[in-house]
Amino acid sequence: MNDVAKALRGFVADVGPGVALSLEACVHCGQCAEACQFYVQTGDPRYTPIHKVELFKQSYDREIGPFAFAYKFFGLAPKLTAETLLEWQDLVYDSCNMCGRCSLICPMGIDIAELVERTRHGMFEAGLAPADFLGALAEKERATGSPFGLTSENFGTLLHEIGEKHGVAMRVDEVRADIVPTISSIDVKTYPGSMAAIAKILNHVGESWSFRTDGFDADNVSLTAGDRAGQDAITKSIVNAAIGCEAKILVMPECGHSYTEMRWEAANSFGRDLPFRVLQITELMAEMIQSGKLRVKKVTQTATYHDACQVSRRGGATAAPRVIMQALGVELRELEDAGAENWCCGGGGGVALIKRAQPLRDKAFALKQKQIEAAGAATVYTSCSGCRQTLEHGGKAAGWKVTVASLLELVADNLAP
Amino acid sequence: MLLSFARGPGMQVAALIMVVGMFWRLAGILLLRRRAAHAAARNPFGARLLGGAVTVFTRTIPRRTFWPRVAPGVALSYVFHVGLFIILFGGAPHILIIHEIFGVSWPDLPKGVIVVASGLTLAALIALLVRRLTHPVLQLLSTADDFLSWLIVFLPVATGILLSGETVGGYGTLLALHILSVEALMIWLPFGKLMHVALVFAGRGVLGYNFARKGAAT
Repeated sequence: MNDVAKALRGFVADVGPGVALSLEACVHCGQCAEACQFYVQTGDPRYTPIHKVELFKQSYDREIGPFAFAYKFFGLAPKLTAETLLEWQDLVYDSCNMCGRCSLICPMGIDIAELVERTRHGMFEAGLAPADFLGALAEKERATGSPFGLTSENFGTLLHEIGEKHGVAMRVDEVRADIVPTISSIDVKTYPGSMAAIAKILNHVGESWSFRTDGFDADNVSLTAGDRAGQDAITKSIVNAAIGCEAKILVMPECGHSYTEMRWEAANSFGRDLPFRVLQITELMAEMIQSGKLRVKKVTQTATYHDACQVSRRGGATAAPRVIMQALGVELRELEDAGAENWCCGGGGGVALIKRAQPLRDKAFALKQKQIEAAGAATVYTSCSGCRQTLEHGGKAAGWKVTVASLLELVADNLAP
Repeated sequence: MLLSFARGPGMQVAALIMVVGMFWRLAGILLLRRRAAHAAARNPFGARLLGGAVTVFTRTIPRRTFWPRVAPGVALSYVFHVGLFIILFGGAPHILIIHEIFGVSWPDLPKGVIVVASGLTLAALIALLVRRLTHPVLQLLSTADDFLSWLIVFLPVATGILLSGETVGGYGTLLALHILSVEALMIWLPFGKLMHVALVFAGRGVLGYNFARKGAAT
């Protein structure tokens, strides 16, 4: 099977009524462009969100749409070629954060972000996921369960090292645990303190909890690369690990895409209801604060908050971080377009992992930078280590005085006795 | 002769193609294999249904944050759609036809209102075409369907205006052309973007339902 055939298979496999409806409904009004930071910041019409899924649409029309016979007979939709696939590669990967802002504006109700995710399935099948670093990391993730090749044994060792360094008791591979936290590989590479923070909070509230070394890295680079098999494998290993210790709550780390995958897709991929709840770490903390289980000290500071698109707009968990900040007494200066309407940091959807996309990513970041600076707060909190990293890199390049910080770590540092 | 054809077999064939075509397209979408949703919903079924229903209406107007960037296109589209609605359901001849077919009737709007609505609708249509031809995003997105659909909507409006003024040609010929242009619209409707008369409700409803499932803003 050649690459074009593989791409075609990737596009049309698993198209259900919802996706078909999205592919059929566009009236070419162009409004989605005005919601996309890549178009807004560059004015380049190629970055129009619905245009990014054009190859998927054409493949659907020719192969499985209601009038596929006519499209084929009259040649109404161009045949997929290696050249067009290559031409669209940067549109599908480099210039889309899968942030779903376009899905919020479409007057026809098309979930364009979902279509981009599915378009990536075809591109990945054809070997067109950008090799550095997105494709390479997805490959390693599929092979080892972690994009950086972190083995179960090494993860266990790492957790104990982090525990010792931060003076926190780590619970690893307990036979039974009510709460099972997962991590993002970005935490391992850049923010190991976040793992100590989770442990500190769960120890503090006296919950039965444990990290699992047989399913821990929820990053799921495979999802953003478009590798369905890898995506499912990662998800299933974590689900099975949680089932193995009879978990009641599986906790997603400060990470965006891992949350949408585990919260909204995992059960569907698994083919049945999950025997535990899936919560993002901010949701867990907010729940425990509201139930009185977790008490925090008041902090005296003014801050703003960057919503991770996948947690807020795409995940529906917009309120949780605000509950936490209120409990902490943070004077929150909301960004313009906060919550569901927020702009992506520019690195979402794997764009942060595409080296050549940096100039474009910087343009997208400039929009966020302007909003954060306008908020006039000394600190910007976020609950996604991918966003955190993008904001830090962008801020450093811009000579920022704003501190980028983790809400999880803020809570861990301010636990009330 | 032409008028008889337009009123008789022409209309029957057009109606048949429209109904069968729409049914075929909708069935082609709805009969695809559906994957069961197992993820625990944040909202109960009733709230999800309500989310879908509400989104059908709320997506009619973009969220305020988008206004500065989309206002011109949305405004033109509104003038066109509202104008067409007024002509279709406020014009005396159309109410008569609806009464003949469905047996229901309501008072017609004054002719002056229809004339103004027709003029605005036509002007909006022309402006939308100019916009499509000149806006970089619309230039890129536009296909033959966009222009054919535009023409096929423009013709009934234009012939309707000529007909109401009886300024050009004989009444019978103009009426025949008007009806034939409507039939052309009916025939094309299931196959191109005009199908959004049905898909807009389905699209918004499904998105609203799915987003309400997540507890996300719709």
